[in-house]
Amino acid sequence: MAHRISVDSRADHSRAGRIFATLKERYPDTKLSGVALTRAYTIDAKLSPRDLTHAVAVLTNPVIETSTEKRVLSPNKFAYAIDIGFRPAVTDNAGTTARQMVEDATGKKLHDGENVYSSYFVFLQGAVTKAEATLMAGELHNPLIERARITPFKDWNNGRVALIVPKVKLPRPEPSRAVNLEIPDAELARIGKEGIEDKDGSRRGPLALSLEELHAIRDYFRSKKRSPSDVELESLAQTWSEHCKHTIFNDPLDEIEEGIYKRYIRGATEKVRAKKGMKDFCVSVFKDNSGAISFNDDYLVTHKMETHNTPSALDPYGGAITGIVGVNRDALGFGLGAKPIANLYGFCVGEPSDTRPLYRDAAKTRRLLSPQRILEGVVKGIEAGGNQSGIPTPLGFVYADESYRGKPLVFAGTIGLIPRKKGGRLLHKKKARPGDYIVMAGGRVGADGIHGATFSSEALSADSPATAVQIGDAITQKKFSDAIVRELRDKNLYTSVTDNGAGGLSCSVAEMAEECGGAVVDLSTVPLKYPGLTPWQIWISESQERMTFSVPKDKWKEMKAILDKHGTEATVIGRFTDSGTCVVNYDNKKVMDIDLEFLHGGRPEKQLVTKKPTVAVRPLPARLPKIDTTLLSLLSRPTIGSYDFISNQYDHEVQGLSVTKPLVGTGRVNADAAVIRPLATDTKGVVLSHGYAPSMSELDSYAMAGASIDIAIRNALAAGATLDSLAILDNFCWSTSGTPERLYLLKEAARACYDYAVTYGTPYISGKDSMYNDFRGFDEKGNAVHVAVLPTLLISAMGVMDDYKKAMTFDFKAPGDRIYLVGRTRAEFGGSEFSKVAAGTFMSGRVPVTDAKENATLYKVFSKASVKRHMSSAFAVSRGGVGVALSKMALAGGLGANVSFTGDAHTALFSESTGRFLVTVAPSKEKAFLSALKGQAVKKIGTVSEEAMLRIKTGSVSTALSLNSIKEAYHTPYNDF
Amino acid sequence: MATPRALIFSGYGLNCEEETKTGLTLAGASADIVHIEDVAKNPAMLSKYQIAMFPGGFSYGDDTGAGKAYGARVKHHLGDELQKFLERDTLMAGICNGFQILTAAGILPGALITNESARYSCRWVDMEVVGDTPWLTGITKISLPIGHGEGRYVDTEANLDTLEGTGKVALKYVPGEMSDYQGLPYNPNGAMRDIAGVTGKDGRILGLMPHPDRATFFEQRPDWTVIREQLEREGKKVPVYADGMEVFRNAVRYFS
Repeated sequence: MAHRISVDSRADHSRAGRIFATLKERYPDTKLSGVALTRAYTIDAKLSPRDLTHAVAVLTNPVIETSTEKRVLSPNKFAYAIDIGFRPAVTDNAGTTARQMVEDATGKKLHDGENVYSSYFVFLQGAVTKAEATLMAGELHNPLIERARITPFKDWNNGRVALIVPKVKLPRPEPSRAVNLEIPDAELARIGKEGIEDKDGSRRGPLALSLEELHAIRDYFRSKKRSPSDVELESLAQTWSEHCKHTIFNDPLDEIEEGIYKRYIRGATEKVRAKKGMKDFCVSVFKDNSGAISFNDDYLVTHKMETHNTPSALDPYGGAITGIVGVNRDALGFGLGAKPIANLYGFCVGEPSDTRPLYRDAAKTRRLLSPQRILEGVVKGIEAGGNQSGIPTPLGFVYADESYRGKPLVFAGTIGLIPRKKGGRLLHKKKARPGDYIVMAGGRVGADGIHGATFSSEALSADSPATAVQIGDAITQKKFSDAIVRELRDKNLYTSVTDNGAGGLSCSVAEMAEECGGAVVDLSTVPLKYPGLTPWQIWISESQERMTFSVPKDKWKEMKAILDKHGTEATVIGRFTDSGTCVVNYDNKKVMDIDLEFLHGGRPEKQLVTKKPTVAVRPLPARLPKIDTTLLSLLSRPTIGSYDFISNQYDHEVQGLSVTKPLVGTGRVNADAAVIRPLATDTKGVVLSHGYAPSMSELDSYAMAGASIDIAIRNALAAGATLDSLAILDNFCWSTSGTPERLYLLKEAARACYDYAVTYGTPYISGKDSMYNDFRGFDEKGNAVHVAVLPTLLISAMGVMDDYKKAMTFDFKAPGDRIYLVGRTRAEFGGSEFSKVAAGTFMSGRVPVTDAKENATLYKVFSKASVKRHMSSAFAVSRGGVGVALSKMALAGGLGANVSFTGDAHTALFSESTGRFLVTVAPSKEKAFLSALKGQAVKKIGTVSEEAMLRIKTGSVSTALSLNSIKEAYHTPYNDF
Repeated sequence: MATPRALIFSGYGLNCEEETKTGLTLAGASADIVHIEDVAKNPAMLSKYQIAMFPGGFSYGDDTGAGKAYGARVKHHLGDELQKFLERDTLMAGICNGFQILTAAGILPGALITNESARYSCRWVDMEVVGDTPWLTGITKISLPIGHGEGRYVDTEANLDTLEGTGKVALKYVPGEMSDYQGLPYNPNGAMRDIAGVTGKDGRILGLMPHPDRATFFEQRPDWTVIREQLEREGKKVPVYADGMEVFRNAVRYFS
């Protein structure tokens, strides 16, 4: 029997207040006069009256809350109640916590099949109509993961409304079966596109295997004289997927036989490392879950940047929290386990003011979430994941453009810290050994994430739609994270570890099996969230918060005891072997037996070809807008303006590592770099930064990649890093990657990645690519539309600085300080923010050409000047040019400036030429500064002033802007959040 | 007297153990991070310690209310043992989630609820010391960072009157250098009567929302690069520590 405990907080009205404000803003014409909120916990378990009393007590804080199990608490009067709860099988973190509290309070474990579910009731007050309540319910919940019920006051029955128990009920699982591949090509291709056919004629969802790949699989099993099982086919599809094997980066492209990854990315790293010789700081690159460089004699720092785009389009909150908690596991799964010490984020979204609807279907029933709601959701997802995990978020960015309105990009990164050695073992090395137990630890396995988001609830019975969307659970992960980095790792209890991400067990076990030469798994032993999963589902499920360990038999007992203490479930699910095969059993039957060599190396390569696209460049208008209005327009662009509402709610102080803040100075301006101090016992710091310039991609992707690398590097240098200390990471988020034209842009960008990294001497240590960021759907008229993201390359930089006390921030420090522009300015407006404002398009003007050789010389002397503390502030000029740079420095410092420029005013202020810094220098240090930068392009442009004004002279024209007007413009784009 | 020993609770989502340990260690204490299950299994270990710390974090995700689940666990499994610990001349503190846990477990009065903004807030605040506690001896004003979504201190007006009347309010948010520097409201969460921290057991227990553990070093201040610039130009030395350090030093001094 199910019980429902209703909890009402007498004092806590802030959440209700926020819901009221949101609904009022979205539906200003309704007569909504107030909102009240109560929580509910539905306990689907056998409880004695005494147990129930204990459960009610433990879930209630008597100082502020009242509660009862008899009815749903509500205000005396309201128009409609909307109750919102999760759909079956969706991760319910509050429900899980409540379950643990109830178990602790009653001293009884809930049985299999019993559970606790959380939900909440929103009471709409005032004369709200049924239609309005329905609209509001739509605003409050995401039907993909939540259900909403609307009850009018007349049916309320004093809170005695029916209980809803979102229990998962799946049909009896089908056993594994053979799939006949000896069929005509057309049918074979259909298996690849739509998936294996089930008994009822439905398809399981795309395998994304090409005909060539299916032929290779058929030929392999022909040689084995049998058909593959469904488990084998699904497993191969996972292992060979674009997601796991990065096929586009590895397949031959035009004349590049070894593929662009090997030639340009890995090639650059090899070249740079060889050149660095004794000064090479790379320790582990590309092969592990993160890349690692040397921090000091005792520690390494790791970095990994991931993307989680498709899931974030459908469920922004779930997608983003899963992304951040997932990339944390790339630190935990590095070597024998690195401790996550910083999170990074990046959101590329549609412009929040863009309200044009998009639909997934021609009938316009499935509307895409608006850019505003997507941004709200992803912001909340990273907030919950990062804050709850106790990992600081010192840096991130928001970039808005209409090309991201069909599919947002969500970048999530994690920095890790790991001792080099423990008990004679090098901790960045790992190797599962034959005979070791395969141990799965953390969350249980459900239908989450099977075939990504294509897994549809319609395939299941109507009353039990197990959805495919994952929601991260930071606390489950934090518990085993503590166990790993505080106890298990240093006690030497396991020989290898990796995380369960894409492909679930099928990928983690198969990867680790390569270390020792084989594995045998018994899927019947895998703990499940609910019964009814078939063997192939268990094998490829992407249920979150799981690690796979290889544990020597004699260490298992101790390991299990420690994980038990931390409240982490751990189970032996098989053994590693040296058989050369990956064998999977279920119910005492073999359901998979594939040679590792074929599993990892059997995918046939595909020759890719490119074709140079034609580019139509529009000229800039003959009459250019005025300086002051242009500058204010630029500052209020959603690519430049403040996203302080995010920085304010992302904890950047936890762990006590913060050195420079995400919001700089008294004016709290968003930074493009951050410095952290990983160890309280060492003065070494770590500088983190980012660079991106997708607006240049379609004009010239080679220039775009050059600019992105240059910007990332300069952002780091302006924060105090030195050029020779920097490592970088590449994240390609492309679109329409099947076409030769887009592949040409990719090839050119990759070529630039090689050229610039080699000249700057910055090795890649890790990377990621996501190639299909396209939305194909319908507009408000029902016309088919294709929205492709701008080809986006995110470069992340990381460098170790000897003394964190030498970190720099960009806020003006003192009146009278000299302002210098370092680097050359050319009339380069292609892809610039100015071109967007003045010409309405990025496709106007010449793209910035980055001269890496000249810049590298400058950056070396600039690094020396920063170590010697010659500059009081430094800013890397990028989007919006010198005008925006000056404004941000002034606003951050709360000080003005008097500056003057010769030559073309718009070029001086708004060109986005790369390779430039704006710096301030104390008068007493001017001589030393100039002598340090002798021979470089250095020009004094003015001085910092006490007066809160930006006074700019361009030739004979004088422009004056108050800091207040700058501040107002800068805070425009996201002030609704 | 010998170096005081501090026990820092951990587990189930607490996450500020390391920086709390750093503060205590720098101040001269020796500190151990111990999982609550290890304490529950062997509560006798508490007798070896003079200081018990409940650090910040997100125990159980705060999913059912901040500190509620961990507080219930403390009450059920360690209620008597902690009372015994407090009968000795010991110190206890709860920082942020630790403060929420101590109120939820009934060890400190009042409750902490969702910020007025209904959002998590990470920033610096200024406070005035208004109560008497060994933790804050010699401090009149202090600036520390906060990081919380549920830090709004509430209780009934009558209870608050009693608290204030008996000197059990330790810290109040006030306008000061940080709220001025950042241009933010001085009370960050809408706490009743601007309360940032309260005490119990004659001041030996301190609960506070702001984090002394995140303000041990000068370079953790948001304005440190500005102050550094001024001091260097005046030929003066740059400080090593920030305000939070004094709180940990006080704890150590109490036992000297």
